[in-house]
Amino acid sequence: MLTQRLLLSDRGGMIVLGLVLATMILVPICNLLVPETSALHISTFTVTLLGKFLCYALLALSVDLIWGYCGILSLGHGAFFALGGYAMGMYLMRQIGPRGQYGDPILPDFMVFLNWKELPWYWQGFDMFWFALLMIIVVPGILAFVFGWLAFRSRVTGVYFSIITQALTYALLLAFFRNEMGFGGNNGLTDFKDILGFPIAASGTRISLFLASGFMLILAYIACRYIVTSRMGKVIVSIRDAETRTRFCGYKVESYKLWLFVFSAILAGIAGALYVPQVGIINPGEFSPLNSIELVVWVATGGRGTLFGAIVGAFTVNYGKTVFTSYSPETWLFALGALFVIVTLVLPKGLVGLFNRTKKAASKQNPGNPPPGNPAPATAPSVTPNMGTSTENFISAETPVIAAVKEPV
Amino acid sequence: MNIFSHKRYSMGQKDPNFGAPLDTTHRTILYVEGVTVSFDGFRALNNLNLYIDEGELRCIIGPNGAGKTTMMDVITGKTKPDEGSVYFGQQINLLELSEHQIARGGIGRKFQKPTIFEALSVYENLELATAADKRVWWTLSQQLNSAQKYRIDEVLLQIGLAEHRYKNAGSLSHGQKQWLEIGMLLMQNPRVLLVDEPVAGMTGEETEKTAELLLSLAGEHSVIVVEHDMKFVRSIARKVTVLHQGSVLTEGTMDQVQNDPKVIEVYLGE
Amino acid sequence: MRNSVKPSGRWLLHMIVFLSCCFSATVFSQETETSPEAGTTSVGATAANADNEATSQPEFDVLVKELTQGSLPARAQTAKKLAAFEDERVANVINALQQGTLYATKDENPLVAIVDEAGIYTDAINGEKITGGTEEFKRVPINNSMRSQLRTLLAQLNLTHKDASIRLDAVNRMIADGVDEDSISLLKNLQKAESDNGVRSAIESAVALFNLHSDDQQLRLGAIQVLKDSLQQEVRTALSNVAANDADEKVKHQAQLAIKAIDSSIAKYRFAENIFFGLSLGSVLLLSAIGLSITFGVMGVINMAHGELMMIGAYVTWVVQQIFPNQIAYSLAIAIPAAFIVAGLVGIAIERGVIRFLYGRPLETLLATFGISLILQQAARSIFSPLNRAVELPVWMSGSLQINPVLSITYNRLYILIFGLLVFFALLVILKKTTLGLKVRAVSQNRAMARAVGVRATWVDAMTFGLGSGIAGIAGVALSQLTNVGPNLGQAYIIDSFMVVVFGGVGNLWGTLVGAMGLGIINKFLEPYAGAVLAKVLVLVLLILFIQKRPKGIFPQKGRAAAD
Repeated sequence: MLTQRLLLSDRGGMIVLGLVLATMILVPICNLLVPETSALHISTFTVTLLGKFLCYALLALSVDLIWGYCGILSLGHGAFFALGGYAMGMYLMRQIGPRGQYGDPILPDFMVFLNWKELPWYWQGFDMFWFALLMIIVVPGILAFVFGWLAFRSRVTGVYFSIITQALTYALLLAFFRNEMGFGGNNGLTDFKDILGFPIAASGTRISLFLASGFMLILAYIACRYIVTSRMGKVIVSIRDAETRTRFCGYKVESYKLWLFVFSAILAGIAGALYVPQVGIINPGEFSPLNSIELVVWVATGGRGTLFGAIVGAFTVNYGKTVFTSYSPETWLFALGALFVIVTLVLPKGLVGLFNRTKKAASKQNPGNPPPGNPAPATAPSVTPNMGTSTENFISAETPVIAAVKEPV
Repeated sequence: MNIFSHKRYSMGQKDPNFGAPLDTTHRTILYVEGVTVSFDGFRALNNLNLYIDEGELRCIIGPNGAGKTTMMDVITGKTKPDEGSVYFGQQINLLELSEHQIARGGIGRKFQKPTIFEALSVYENLELATAADKRVWWTLSQQLNSAQKYRIDEVLLQIGLAEHRYKNAGSLSHGQKQWLEIGMLLMQNPRVLLVDEPVAGMTGEETEKTAELLLSLAGEHSVIVVEHDMKFVRSIARKVTVLHQGSVLTEGTMDQVQNDPKVIEVYLGE
Repeated sequence: MRNSVKPSGRWLLHMIVFLSCCFSATVFSQETETSPEAGTTSVGATAANADNEATSQPEFDVLVKELTQGSLPARAQTAKKLAAFEDERVANVINALQQGTLYATKDENPLVAIVDEAGIYTDAINGEKITGGTEEFKRVPINNSMRSQLRTLLAQLNLTHKDASIRLDAVNRMIADGVDEDSISLLKNLQKAESDNGVRSAIESAVALFNLHSDDQQLRLGAIQVLKDSLQQEVRTALSNVAANDADEKVKHQAQLAIKAIDSSIAKYRFAENIFFGLSLGSVLLLSAIGLSITFGVMGVINMAHGELMMIGAYVTWVVQQIFPNQIAYSLAIAIPAAFIVAGLVGIAIERGVIRFLYGRPLETLLATFGISLILQQAARSIFSPLNRAVELPVWMSGSLQINPVLSITYNRLYILIFGLLVFFALLVILKKTTLGLKVRAVSQNRAMARAVGVRATWVDAMTFGLGSGIAGIAGVALSQLTNVGPNLGQAYIIDSFMVVVFGGVGNLWGTLVGAMGLGIINKFLEPYAGAVLAKVLVLVLLILFIQKRPKGIFPQKGRAAAD
């Protein structure tokens, strides 16, 4: 029953997850087993690129959950991504040990360079992998909790919230640029050697990281699906569409927003943590407001309000970016800017909406009978004014009739 | 200056004990006493006193700007008054509670403009409004039990939307939306219903049905109706309160009120 | 050095030029009246100098040449004679001689040249550059006694200069170099004849500084009394020396008191300086935020491309200067209206092309305008190159108003502060008094009703957006006077401007004013303690906390309109 609710009723999601799974099977084979001379061989570089895309997809999923379903547009989700990344980066830094340029067994190179004598307190414990994992979840989670608590309780909504989140990531950007913060300043954390004892640049490690990203994406997708198909999911959509009504129905809107925001931030943090070992660097640039707003566009391009749309968007836009920037870097910003405008003006439901529209036009199917048991995720109100009154069924309260209607599942 | 002492939207308050039966020893369920609200020097409510009995159907009329909507805002916790007190039964001070707590406690409100969840089906709208545990973690795993499903069917019939149960709420007609909203209030098992302009924009037939519905609700619930449509008010009213410039001008039956010289002066001008 | 007018007078002159530029668009005739006036002052001054030179020409020539020849005592006499001349070049020559940078050829009729740090030879008599045969020149030798005599002469020369500000400079330089017996007697002589109050009190300080080391206890005490009002660094150093080392306890104590008094008044002026810097930053924020306040507050439209409209304004200034490279002083008079029009038109194009399809969908508007901002930035990069362009500062805007040794105010910041307020009040008048303003307010309060009474809402939208964008363009002109112009110019200010609008309360121009100035001042007061970056972070955190207390800003909109 649960699989029915989570996956089977979600055809787009099934297709997208199927594709992800297929890549997860094919890519390792093509990289490790197919000889390099073969046309089917996939280079480790491509594996890393695909792994990056999977992390981006996870990040996009986290944004879609709060924006597409709850209407909270966070322009600071890059901050949570970066914080998760930094937590992982700190672990990787500690793993370098005495192999750094200065050969200090404890201190990372940049601290030796800054003439620091001992490890700052917040770097303690990051030599242990489990602790780093914990921090990957806790740090973005706590920041999101504190920030969200402050923002939601004072009913900061809509564009105000967006701007304040942008300010948040901007503030973190400025702060992390400072050498005194102890996160490597401008250069960030890099020169990683190995992760859990495996050399970080080896194909095997890269494949493992790629697979881990894929599994995490699938897991997160199912978790998000669970949320949006539960009653909580309906409450969240209600908050998006009529916040006051939801409140007057007895729901504590602030709490719902807060927990969803925290969950989303944790997902973003995990995405960042998976991203860093694959690209081999984390620096303050990840906090830049442009990054955060760009990832919103991935979601918008794919189609917000459908979870798989976010994944589609992340892959499409980033593939486009890879192609564009290798072809001519200047045109990329033009293309990105145009994408922002086009998506908002012409494609409010993104590629998924476009696909649905063409499909609908092709089949001309009457959407009058909604499939039972499928609480159609967040379709925007179709404005078909039906002013005809239907009073035939008006039965007064004195005669309650138990109608033999099918109960929705 | 402790910014965290800001109480208004505090998220840490405990819900009052709504499980205990409401203490209505004196038959009065809602006390609004000496309430004053001002915006920028303009007094929207001015020392307003209002008492609603259990099971009563009360109509509130008054010219534009008399403070009708503000009064509802105060009762439902949307606006906090500068002065005065609002009690629900003998014990519960509504001014200390936030909107969702008041809603959980049994005061339902219908807005002037119908507000329903347009992206969801009629059934889901009612499902969300169902009286149940509405804390975050519960809603993650909760399913409707059979009593709740029964109740939804009951309300669907009551508001006449039984055959539209799977329809997208956004595609309902204006009148149907109004009824759906009233249905959502009913799902909360409220003690008091605040209904703001229920028949605005309705056809004659729809208005009639609405009157019927509201009359059927009185008795079991206390119903407060704010309305401009005098014909409608006359058709349902037992007791009418006239608001003017933020306070009660007069109270009585429709006939008494209509013949009151003060009311005539307010409505017709000097 | 352009110290030809007294500070107050100069300030006034600047005011006139500045105001005329501000209003050039509307009161062009007035501007043409004032500018020749400003011009004549300098032209007149040069003419007077030319007369002077004509009469003294032969004598000066001869004396300068004599100065390089003959015995040392004879040359000392020549120097004295030369010093008596009223000629601008005299000081240069004596100074060069004293510094050892005066060179001459060993001829009957020698060439005399002054050599600067870069090794360039300039003829001491006609001021022309000497290019060939510089190896012929030898340094004009002097000895120690002559060197000190020359120093006195030089000081005297400046101390008796007809311009009070040069006299003041000379005294202050003497204080800085340290006063000795000779210079004190010279100063004491001058003190009686001195007419300018500022110069007289500077001389008093110099004398007192000298007396600080006298053997007479009373004299030292008197000196401390005189010096306790001075703000000069040297005075404070001398006093702290006395406070630490003086043999007499009473003198020590008084000196300590004086230092305390000086420190407190320095602190006072530092405070005033901080306020000024805060207001200056505030005025920049104000300029960038009021345009935003209109589009965001009045129309409910989030325009993320606002920063880029400022960038456009700044580039317009640069382009205007490229077109009229010789009219830098008046370039702003063209740049301001041009920037307003260009940015305004771009704004209208954005509104007509994109935003009008997105009314009522603020989050989408935000994204779409962000896309536009990316396009505009990249366009600037493609057209003007990614490098920063320096906009030249008109002469009347450079330099600073020195109020005392501790406090000085740069003119460009001062003018931008005034300019920001002018724009603010102009906008206030537009919104309150004109029909456009009335229509804008009507549409912002109730779109449907405004349309019902015959207001063309779409036209008003476009005009309002154009107005807000035009003001962004003007803000860009002001910014170009403070920083370099580059494609990222707008980005640096956009988040801060949004903060101002949020802080001040949406839809309230006064709130924007208070918000901008408040944030500016807070920023500048945090900077000394926390550093610029951390100050910014702190301000953001403070703002988030502030919103807890006042979710709708300092001046929230109240009543029915505010509800949802």
